[in-house]
Amino acid sequence: MADFNLKINGKKYRVDVDPSTPILWVLRDHLKLVGTKYGCGIAQCGACTIHLDGTAMRSCILPVSVVGDKAITTIEGLSENGDHPVQKAWIEHDAYQCGYCQAGQIMNAAAFLEAHPNPSEEEIEAAMRGNICRCGTYTRIKAAIKTAAKMG
Amino acid sequence: MAKIKTSLDRRTFLKATSIAGGGMMIGLGYLSSCKSEPTVEGLVMPKEWYQINSYLRIGDNGVITIFTPNPEFGQNIRTSMPMLIAEELDADWDRVIVEQAPYHEKDFGNQFTGGSRGIMSRWDTLRMVGATARQMLRQAAAKAWNVTVDEITTEASVLYHKASGRSASYGEMASAASKLPVPEEVELKAVKDFKIIGKSRKNVDGPSIVTGKSMFGLDYEKEGMLIAMIQHPPAFGLTLDSVDASEAKAMPGIKDVFPISCFKDDFEKGSFDTTAFPELVAVVGNSTWEVMQAKKKLKTAWKPVGAFTETINGFRGKTTRNVPGELESTAGHKAKMEAQAGMPGKVLRRDGNPESAFKQAARVFERSYSAPFLAHNCMEPVNAYAHVEGDKVKIAAPLQAPSTIVPTLASSLGIPEENIEIDVLRMGGGFGRKIYAHYVVEAALISQKVNRPVKLMYTREDDMTAGIYRPTYHVRYRAALDKNNNLTAIHVKAGGIPESPLFANRFPAGSVDNYLAEEWSIDSNITIGAFRAPRSNFMAGAEQAFLDELAETLGKDPIEFRLDLLQRAKENPVGENNDYDADRYAGVLKLVREKSDWGKTEGKVHRGVSAYFCHNSYAAHVLDLTIEKGKPVVQKVSCAIDCGIVVNPDAAVNMAEGAIVDGIGNALFGGMTFKDGAPEKQNFDRYQMIRMPDAPKEIDVHFVQNEIKPTGLGEPPFPPIFGALANALYQATGKRYYDQPFLGDEQVMG
Repeated sequence: MADFNLKINGKKYRVDVDPSTPILWVLRDHLKLVGTKYGCGIAQCGACTIHLDGTAMRSCILPVSVVGDKAITTIEGLSENGDHPVQKAWIEHDAYQCGYCQAGQIMNAAAFLEAHPNPSEEEIEAAMRGNICRCGTYTRIKAAIKTAAKMG
Repeated sequence: MAKIKTSLDRRTFLKATSIAGGGMMIGLGYLSSCKSEPTVEGLVMPKEWYQINSYLRIGDNGVITIFTPNPEFGQNIRTSMPMLIAEELDADWDRVIVEQAPYHEKDFGNQFTGGSRGIMSRWDTLRMVGATARQMLRQAAAKAWNVTVDEITTEASVLYHKASGRSASYGEMASAASKLPVPEEVELKAVKDFKIIGKSRKNVDGPSIVTGKSMFGLDYEKEGMLIAMIQHPPAFGLTLDSVDASEAKAMPGIKDVFPISCFKDDFEKGSFDTTAFPELVAVVGNSTWEVMQAKKKLKTAWKPVGAFTETINGFRGKTTRNVPGELESTAGHKAKMEAQAGMPGKVLRRDGNPESAFKQAARVFERSYSAPFLAHNCMEPVNAYAHVEGDKVKIAAPLQAPSTIVPTLASSLGIPEENIEIDVLRMGGGFGRKIYAHYVVEAALISQKVNRPVKLMYTREDDMTAGIYRPTYHVRYRAALDKNNNLTAIHVKAGGIPESPLFANRFPAGSVDNYLAEEWSIDSNITIGAFRAPRSNFMAGAEQAFLDELAETLGKDPIEFRLDLLQRAKENPVGENNDYDADRYAGVLKLVREKSDWGKTEGKVHRGVSAYFCHNSYAAHVLDLTIEKGKPVVQKVSCAIDCGIVVNPDAAVNMAEGAIVDGIGNALFGGMTFKDGAPEKQNFDRYQMIRMPDAPKEIDVHFVQNEIKPTGLGEPPFPPIFGALANALYQATGKRYYDQPFLGDEQVMG
């Protein structure tokens, strides 16, 4: 066990955990930030996607020990009032069914749009390939990303 | 308006005093623990709530809470079921809060999600809930204003007496209304008067989903809760022999490691008590990561179960299940199915004289189709919270059918059924998997042993390899053609491991003079369960691919060919038990033909059509694909559905889109394989799921407009997409696709 100081959603947290613990479980078990989801544990489904200094990362394989002073953003901190353009676009399109994978989808899409403000269809598909939605909401997600891009 | 008697259980309409005022309600006291949280931004909570019936309470400021009865797994009944109540209540939808009712079937009816039965089964009862409440509010207003009830009108949660110009919000009359007797008869609106039903409403859970609120089973959290995981045998046909837990127990954060046994010896299993692995090792600790690490240190020895027979006391009465002892493999399954398909099956339907028709045929056209086992792979793996305290247990879990696990829990824990309290949490996908709630029993047994609240979580690997798969299937179709190329007979012989997929009375039964339907099955120790549109999800694809190839052989347009058969089934049906309506069936084909501009494809676009009836509804698809860099790309799916009245149109479109994407994914890639009893795929690195680039670029969904009571929707658009895809792939490649998954490892074509 070791102490780690983490910057998450603009707040400072101190946790005492095994250094190998993935950020996913630090968030869910220790900090009760359960918006970030477990799907596969091997970085294949994208449900656990967070931002590390603005870059989309798979938190299920990211040990707490490697984070250092990088800023973590989770779905709970993407915006103060749930009004990030991606969140608004998701609501406009009802781009979910069960909703379980959607935090990961949204976090991945938000980081992608930051780097590619005017993406092509192919760029969206390539960027979102790592996020599985078992309910099959892909056409709505794609439409929502296009809407979010227009909102800027 | 139609006047109908309130046929609901009297208890459902029990009156109550104010919760805030008295805190005690008759019979509904358990609801007082449900705190209404605003789902609409800026909604002010009332000072007092008045319970009108079990489904409904109205605040003194007019805010309404609707307790929605059935479990939610993404089909969005948390929006559409409250819409039924709000419609007849004439509620202001913007001031409605939706809460999940706890499991309590005396007050909330059958709280089951499955079989596309949600809206269909609740259509009358939930509208009556709203209509009786509205009537009680009108009676309260009439009394207050000293006028007759007939003079009171309502709109958007306000009562009006137009003649005197008086009005009052529902909140003002809620207290008086809650003290009135429940009307014996209520009037329900005519379809043309609907204001909420039939108009798209946003998913009430949207804001929570996009901000990561705690919603799902796996998010559940209680003070003092421990985390548990299980280790199940690595192969079907094996069980626990012994475990050396010393190393695992010594790992940091671990509280205990022990074997559990899920069923008492005298327990008689029901239909949903399926599990191949009732003997497990449980690992319990402080945190998920610590338990995961400790689980790796278990030293388990497994032994063969051996062949056995068990009795299931299920919804089909008592049945016997033979479970072989062999460690099975996919190659063996295929060989067994091929062999069985060549032997006589059990005849379920025989019209005319098929044997003679085939003997006299100028030509017999025969094709076989197969599909593998499928894993549900819900994004949320199975999990459950349980807290056993003495002879009581509190459960909170993602469950499709809470009632089915109650007798099992009572037996396994040795407690009375009435001491079982269940909160039904949102499911991160279900698709049939979460009807089989062995994981709830496991969590409860673990809690009982450690005497603490426990949340059990399956890892992805545990979930994917635990069984309850869609069975593997095989079907052989034969058609007899006379010398003039007329279809004279159809013979279908279908089977699977361990169950047959056949529906003997479905189309094309009824449309051919001579028809024979046979089935067979082969026992297995691999456990199976309902998977979105059970059996239909195989039969539709096979049947519709066969009819497509048959139409081509006869030189007919595939839609015309089907319509001709349906015309025959309508005008002069063969047999008496045809379980489809030929008109509605033809209706979706005609609608999709029109909407897809059938016969007018351009360039490199290849099309396939398919239609099917299941879960009381009709769906047809036209699928357009191109081959890009040797891979099929689905450009567009046009879809027509007849499911009667559509309650929430955009949400219904969403369901159809999801079914189409899900079906294309399973048809192209889906499949669990086995070697020596062990599932060969354990996670998404090997089990290929459909991803965004494989999904259709466009989906265009249309509903047949009618005033038929709602029928199923979650399942019906799923089965036929397999056939539309197979038929389009043939058009693109010149090759027929008979065996799923169509791509598998072979990714390049064209």
